[in-house]
Amino acid sequence: MPDSDLTLNAHTVAEPTKQKKQHKLKTKAIHPFRVLVQKEISDQVRSWKFIILLGIIALTCLGSLYTSLTNIGHAIKANDPEADFFFLKLFTLTDGSLPSYSVFISFLGPLLGLSLGFDAINSERNRGTLSRLMAQPIHRDYLINAKFLASLSVISVLLFALGFLVMGIGMLIIGLPPTAEEFWRVVFFIIISVFYVAFWLNLSILFSVKFRQAATSALAGIAVWLFFSIFFVMIINLINKATMPPQYAPPAVILGHENLMLNLTRISPSTLFSEATSTMLMPSVRSLGPLTMQQVQGAIPSPLPIGQSLLLVWPQLTGLIALTLVCFAFSYVGFMRKEIRSR
Amino acid sequence: MSESIIELVDLTKKYGSFTAVDQLNLTIRRGEVFGLLGPNGAGKSTTILMMLGLTEPTSGSVRVCQTNSAENPIAVKRRVGYLPEDVGFYPDRSGWDNLLFIAQLNGLSPKEAADRAEVLLKRVGLLEQANKKTGAYSRGMRQRLGLAEVLIKNPEVIILDEPTSGIDPKGVQEFLELIVQLSKEEGITVLFSSHNLHQVQQVCDRVGIFVRGKLIAEGDIHRLSQQLFANEPFTIYAEVTPKQTNQSAELAKRLQQIDGLISLQQDGLKFQLGCASNISEKIAETIVESGAGLQALYKREHGLDDIYNRYFQGGGDYA
Repeated sequence: MPDSDLTLNAHTVAEPTKQKKQHKLKTKAIHPFRVLVQKEISDQVRSWKFIILLGIIALTCLGSLYTSLTNIGHAIKANDPEADFFFLKLFTLTDGSLPSYSVFISFLGPLLGLSLGFDAINSERNRGTLSRLMAQPIHRDYLINAKFLASLSVISVLLFALGFLVMGIGMLIIGLPPTAEEFWRVVFFIIISVFYVAFWLNLSILFSVKFRQAATSALAGIAVWLFFSIFFVMIINLINKATMPPQYAPPAVILGHENLMLNLTRISPSTLFSEATSTMLMPSVRSLGPLTMQQVQGAIPSPLPIGQSLLLVWPQLTGLIALTLVCFAFSYVGFMRKEIRSR
Repeated sequence: MSESIIELVDLTKKYGSFTAVDQLNLTIRRGEVFGLLGPNGAGKSTTILMMLGLTEPTSGSVRVCQTNSAENPIAVKRRVGYLPEDVGFYPDRSGWDNLLFIAQLNGLSPKEAADRAEVLLKRVGLLEQANKKTGAYSRGMRQRLGLAEVLIKNPEVIILDEPTSGIDPKGVQEFLELIVQLSKEEGITVLFSSHNLHQVQQVCDRVGIFVRGKLIAEGDIHRLSQQLFANEPFTIYAEVTPKQTNQSAELAKRLQQIDGLISLQQDGLKFQLGCASNISEKIAETIVESGAGLQALYKREHGLDDIYNRYFQGGGDYA
């Protein structure tokens, strides 16, 4: 080997480093955690799974924008309490052929979260890079924190970019700028979507710590997603039919039953998300539970101010954040306890 | 030279009821190349993981570079380079990127990292392939890149866990030469774990033999053979042709009466005699006196091969 060093000619020696030296390299050390996060972000953005999903999401986003734009003319009615929030209709309006933007996010968001996290830890293990990383002078939790933070920032950038893109195109086409309140409502809608996707991201990171094979953890994640988007509704319907009080039962019993069913559906993160987003995007939503006649009586059908809408969805929002944190806590503990072995 | 850099005291690691490492005591001095020799599953890797603070010892203590690995693993990992068995790299990044990433995790600035990476890649002979993705690297190239990566942090100690498994003989030769060179030139302490005794014999100053979580023997090869075969330093093989039947049984009885004979194993017409001193003359005499024909008689000294056979392969107790 020492001999071969001498025979390298100047051209090959300079080649790999030449391009790196063209832009001046920093002489200040970067914190290891930042190095990890930077590497994770560039890994995510370069990966095929991300590019494919980005394509799907961008397409559906443009599709739903198209349907809402073509129908927005019919959407304005006299006496509509939401007439002031014309701009928000871009996100919720549909003619029935394609779901609206917010429904798309509630459907594709989980897929995005799952695909960004399902091979977070187990692929490091299977590639044999985990023990190599852990032999470096970094804390063990840097790795899982960096993975989470990197995926979260990718998700936030993506969702904010898409949301603002929809706003921008809408503004260009309908020629109306959003009011400040509409703008903040959209921003909160995007923040809620980020938390929603973050929940699925953490669930898939949890599976990636638990299962050795990336395929198993991907399937487990998809199974949970399908369960909540298809079977959970069916199960709730079954329970509803079985426990339905008779038609002439006292109103308190019927109301109690209604509330119970509603709370059961709220176990599903997608229910929490759709309740939160519809309140944010439709200011006329005044309550997320059943209302009695007495409560409705005398109410003016006017939209809620943004503060009140936020107050209304606060439980949903905290529920989503709590679910996210629980998943992250479990995967954190699971990862910290894992024995680091080579392969 | 005599300053100790790795100290293991009564180190024990249990997985449930299974004891992977049992009351291990070991001291490695600065600047030496120490070989940890043992069969697969002897607890070598577990010991190494405990040195790096990646696994908590059940009891006992590990001190590397005067730092307790269990309490302050970061400080230890800053000074110790570890090349795991079958090291993996990010396959869709180039060797250069992989190396720079690890360098920066060790707190090197991008500029420093690039400078050092260039020197080290040249040293391990990978500079030409630095821009290739590591997914396309051969096993030997990966191992050499791993060595460059271990060296980029300027370590005081490098720990190599089975570094030569799966490399062709020529690659192994080059790799071992590189290790010896490093140890001599830069004064780096090397801990080399392997189940291949010839490689260990080739590069290591001292050897520790590790079986079932216990260090059975420790020292240079010469002292090891003394230690292991303390009471029978000579083994003499004899092959006889008996003239009458049953003669060999009688011969065995006679041989056993010779002064200085410690053990006797008979395999048909072949005898293996462990002796305290060179008594081949007497043995020959006894055989000839008994009337049997002496076919062959030869003396053997113990090498690492015998030590290896005795503990890993032949010995029923240890296998």
